[in-house]
Amino acid sequence: MANKLFGKAMKRVEDPRFITGTGHYTDDMTLPGMVEAAMVRSPYAHARIKKIDASKALTHPGVLAVITGQEMKDAGINSIPTGWLHPGIKTPPHYAITFDKARHVGDIVAAVIAENRQIAEDAAQLVEVDYEPLPAVALGSDALKPGAPAVHDDVPDNVCFTWSIGDKAAVDAAFASAHKTVKLTLRNNRLVPNAMEPRASLAQYLKASDEYTLWTTSQNPHIHRLLIAAFIMGIPEHKLRVIAPDVGGGFGSKIYQYPEEIIVLYAAKKLGRPVKWTARRSESFVTDSHGRDHETVAEMAVDQNGKITAVRVDTIANMGAYLTTFAPAVPTYLYGCLLAGTYTTPHIYCHVTAPFTHTTPVDAYRGAGRPEATYLLERLVDVMAHELGMDPVEFRRKNLIPPDAFPYQTPVALQYDSGNYEANLDKALQMVGYQELRRQQAELRKQGRYLGIGVITFIEACGLAPSALVGSLGAQAGQWESALVRVMPTGKVEVFTGTHSHGQGHETAFAQVVADELQIPVEDVVIVHGDTGRMPYGWGSYGSRSAPTGLSAIVLATRKIVDKAKKIAAHLLEASPDDIVHEDGKFMVKGVPDKAKSFFDIALMAHLAHNYPADLEPGLEATHFYDPKNFVFPFGTHIAVVEVDPDTGKVKLLRYLSVDDCGPVINPLIADGQVHGGIAQGLGQALLEEAVYDKEGQILSGNFLEYTLPRADDMVQIEHDHTVTPCPHNPLGIKGIGEAGTIASTAAVANAVMDALRPFGIVHLDMPYTPEKVWRAIHGSKPVAQAAD
Amino acid sequence: MADKVHITVVVNGVEHHHEVEPRLLLVHYLRETLGLTGTHVGCDTSQCGACTVHLDGQAVKSCTMFAVQADGCSITTIEGLGSPGSLHPVQEGFWEMHGLQCGFCTPGMIMAAVDLLNKNPNPSEAEIRHALEGNYCRCTGYHNIVRAVQYAADKMAGKVAMAADD
Amino acid sequence: MYTAEFAYKKATSVAEAIQLLQQHPEAKLLAGGHSLIPAMKLRLAAPPALIDISKVAELRGVRREGDTLVVGAMTTYRELETSDLLKAHCPLIPQAVYHIGDPMVRAKGTIGGSLAHADPAADLPASMLALGAKMKIQGPSGARVVEADQFFTGMFSTALQEGEILTEIHLPIRPGARMAYAKFPHPASRSAVVGVAVVVDGTEVRAAVTGAGEHAMRLTKLEQALAGKPLTTENISAACQGLLAPDHLNHDLVASREYRAHLVDVMAKRALMQAAGL
Repeated sequence: MANKLFGKAMKRVEDPRFITGTGHYTDDMTLPGMVEAAMVRSPYAHARIKKIDASKALTHPGVLAVITGQEMKDAGINSIPTGWLHPGIKTPPHYAITFDKARHVGDIVAAVIAENRQIAEDAAQLVEVDYEPLPAVALGSDALKPGAPAVHDDVPDNVCFTWSIGDKAAVDAAFASAHKTVKLTLRNNRLVPNAMEPRASLAQYLKASDEYTLWTTSQNPHIHRLLIAAFIMGIPEHKLRVIAPDVGGGFGSKIYQYPEEIIVLYAAKKLGRPVKWTARRSESFVTDSHGRDHETVAEMAVDQNGKITAVRVDTIANMGAYLTTFAPAVPTYLYGCLLAGTYTTPHIYCHVTAPFTHTTPVDAYRGAGRPEATYLLERLVDVMAHELGMDPVEFRRKNLIPPDAFPYQTPVALQYDSGNYEANLDKALQMVGYQELRRQQAELRKQGRYLGIGVITFIEACGLAPSALVGSLGAQAGQWESALVRVMPTGKVEVFTGTHSHGQGHETAFAQVVADELQIPVEDVVIVHGDTGRMPYGWGSYGSRSAPTGLSAIVLATRKIVDKAKKIAAHLLEASPDDIVHEDGKFMVKGVPDKAKSFFDIALMAHLAHNYPADLEPGLEATHFYDPKNFVFPFGTHIAVVEVDPDTGKVKLLRYLSVDDCGPVINPLIADGQVHGGIAQGLGQALLEEAVYDKEGQILSGNFLEYTLPRADDMVQIEHDHTVTPCPHNPLGIKGIGEAGTIASTAAVANAVMDALRPFGIVHLDMPYTPEKVWRAIHGSKPVAQAAD
Repeated sequence: MADKVHITVVVNGVEHHHEVEPRLLLVHYLRETLGLTGTHVGCDTSQCGACTVHLDGQAVKSCTMFAVQADGCSITTIEGLGSPGSLHPVQEGFWEMHGLQCGFCTPGMIMAAVDLLNKNPNPSEAEIRHALEGNYCRCTGYHNIVRAVQYAADKMAGKVAMAADD
Repeated sequence: MYTAEFAYKKATSVAEAIQLLQQHPEAKLLAGGHSLIPAMKLRLAAPPALIDISKVAELRGVRREGDTLVVGAMTTYRELETSDLLKAHCPLIPQAVYHIGDPMVRAKGTIGGSLAHADPAADLPASMLALGAKMKIQGPSGARVVEADQFFTGMFSTALQEGEILTEIHLPIRPGARMAYAKFPHPASRSAVVGVAVVVDGTEVRAAVTGAGEHAMRLTKLEQALAGKPLTTENISAACQGLLAPDHLNHDLVASREYRAHLVDVMAKRALMQAAGL
């Protein structure tokens, strides 16, 4: 196999089914006898449930059951737990169906099961719920005010947890002796993930074997099985199979254990029929975990030489009404630990207060904590550069961690393993023509046109996760990954991974690597994922972990296969295993090319195995559990160029350029695609997207008529390249690329817009930069309340 | 229950006769009655375009019409556009240019792109972006979707010599 | 995603549609369905019956009758966009239609459906006013014609009486007139936050705005300011100031009253600059 597939832009093997409409998503499934569910959801952000009268719904033809929270609680169904605990954290219960109070708009109050979806939806309207509306609170800082309505009775001050990292005294001292300081009060806008496939779940219970199967839109089926078995329903783990078939995007929103999955499992057993539920988009808006939603005061100090001496951050991170699976990790370890960015800042302190509010839960959304950190840091850097009268690029350059400083220990727990930031920055500047752009900008300003250039450098920590490290930080579970490589007698290879592909192209990229390692045609490899019934335990896909962690496990498992194959070859060729080399797709005796066995020969003999020596096990199969030594640290430079129309305040993206470093690239087609999509999501946050709540906790942008997703004409063709700095501690030197685009682009676009507005004396505006907000800033008038009255 | 209505439709070249409830949306008729699950539902406000099919040769959102309105019409869904052995140039373009990731918006996106090229065989980048205004994709940032449509336009104009062979 | 139940009636002629409306007074007329069906899916509307008029042949197409273009109410946006008659004699309509919804919406949505629905954020009402269109309405007691200026009476309300159907839109051919539509779209829904249509016919300037208020309206202040004046950049800029007082304008997440009022000035200027070829 002279031509390695690693690095080749191979077309995806998963595509034929998607482009011909033969993909297999959860809602596409129909089982014999299947019935469907519709949820009765609270229209109030906060209300006491006084009475539920299901009698009309129950007499509606075709209705099979109306399930309440009390019924499920009485049946022994427990609260949904969270997976990450901080000291002193409050974890009030989160029942699949609430029975005492509704705590956010969309909280499930009852579930209607009927012969089909039409009937279920009709009958859901017939369930009469007697609510006593209560005062609600939507904004994190409002929830912390004395006298604010409590979301949970046993957390009267609404404080879920507080958390801090860094040496506060050293930071305060650095500020006291600073040459200059800047301070920004900023809001990181709340986002709705909006994977294009709405969530769906289908449960089947087989009485004969007492077995459950749950098909669900998940990024991590094993986590569901574990949570449902061990904590929520007490189903013996070997009697529950969770399958995540084709999944139409996740971006974090399909990590969590959701109530509807518990409800359909419960109903399937209760009714003895398969039960399916599929979200309408307007349900997705109020039930899929949201992202971001920080209120932050961020400060930076520099010395006389323009070196950053300290960063101080105080954040209120809105948790929403309940803690979902990863929520406590996001505004803490995935945020505070990233505040060094690419800079040599010696002193950093970050304090976080996380309140409950009467809003949809907030958890990881693409980037999860890292976009928030990058945004505030890169905003501070631009504002400080302006204060110092320096070009923002030169200010960055002065503070970048130099290439000879790695491994680099930051003051916020992480140790960066490798990096070459300045070379990456220079490549991007050269590609974009930075000096010429600045010249054009000056020229256009004379004509009354406002170009903005946003340059940011970023670092992220991904490849979740080194188990011991995250355990020491509060994780209740390590995040190693498993792989099982099974060679069949004919030399075909099944690879089972605990990661899950919902758009990332694992079936292709992983197969390329396996084909290289085993020196076999890529067509002979199939990647299997998303089914707890088929693969060993695994933790799924999020945190850009699938390649650095999941594929590393696969590579090490394939190397076990090669070692075993050499032993088999040695036996067949009557040589010593030490003399067998694996070259050109063959196992041969070193220096004797005639004495060789093909992979097919080895695979077949491994299974026929009728004349084996006693010390050689039959079969050809290997499992590996890979626990990374550290996170991986992709980095890069992103540059956005925008123009602001001063008459309307509308921001137009003119150019977007990124130079990413994710180490060696397995498949450029796929890696670049990840960057493109990530950039669009980050741009969405900067310019278009916001989950807007009114004071009563009603979401005002709860569908696509009000919540703006980036469309084709909001984007431009992205100019993109790579630098390659391998990760020193995994077998292929690879790093993650799934979140980088989003982590970087929000800050790049934000800085570009603020750069365009600089002639108007505007220092900072909160995202999203909607036309009216920008227009008002330019024209100096005060913003009016956003909500319609 | 409201009286059912008899409809006759030709879907992907096959004639079907059914008695349907008036409120049955065309997309549910395709997915649930005919089992053609390639057409997807991504929203409930007629915005996302995942449900796009061709009705008498024009792209429409099958979530925003009732099956009864399609009576007497000819419908093409993604399943009828091309098969793995004989792909439509737009399908081929999406594959070649990596115009999809999770695949959920893809059928609707392809049907909208085919509609564009039927009406404008040589669209500019701006015209492609405008024509896809009714189709959301959350994965690709549209970059490779635009390239996929350009590839298909070139292919249909005979500018691409042959399909990739792998 | 299901609507409430309803009875479905398909009309094959205007007479039949009028008759069906008399039999089902609570029924809604179904045209392109792109306003009605989404509302029904969200169960914001639940009419007991729908009368489908979208396939009534006599309601479709664009034809010329003397100095007038007659547009059937069930003519789709796509047919408007591609109509050679409209492109030649009334280019404002194809230009405005290009920015309505998306290609799939334009394949189904109809001019009559949109005008009768009278959504304050719909695009075409502004063009109707600027062009001086007339609406032909048919009902149980016969036909009548209503000027566009009298047709739009409020938010989602028109001069249409119970039992009546908007059947034709009559557009006067204005030889040599220059016309343009400038729109500030809602970023999410892409409907008109503000859309201004202008028709410059000799020395007469006709202008109207949609999206700003409860219904589309003429910009009389602008029309008067520019009457008889040459369309120079200076004159246009001077005229497009404070066209509407913010007090009674619409306001929502995207645009406050003040900002909307400002956008009316900006869009009016852009439409006029375009019409004037500046």
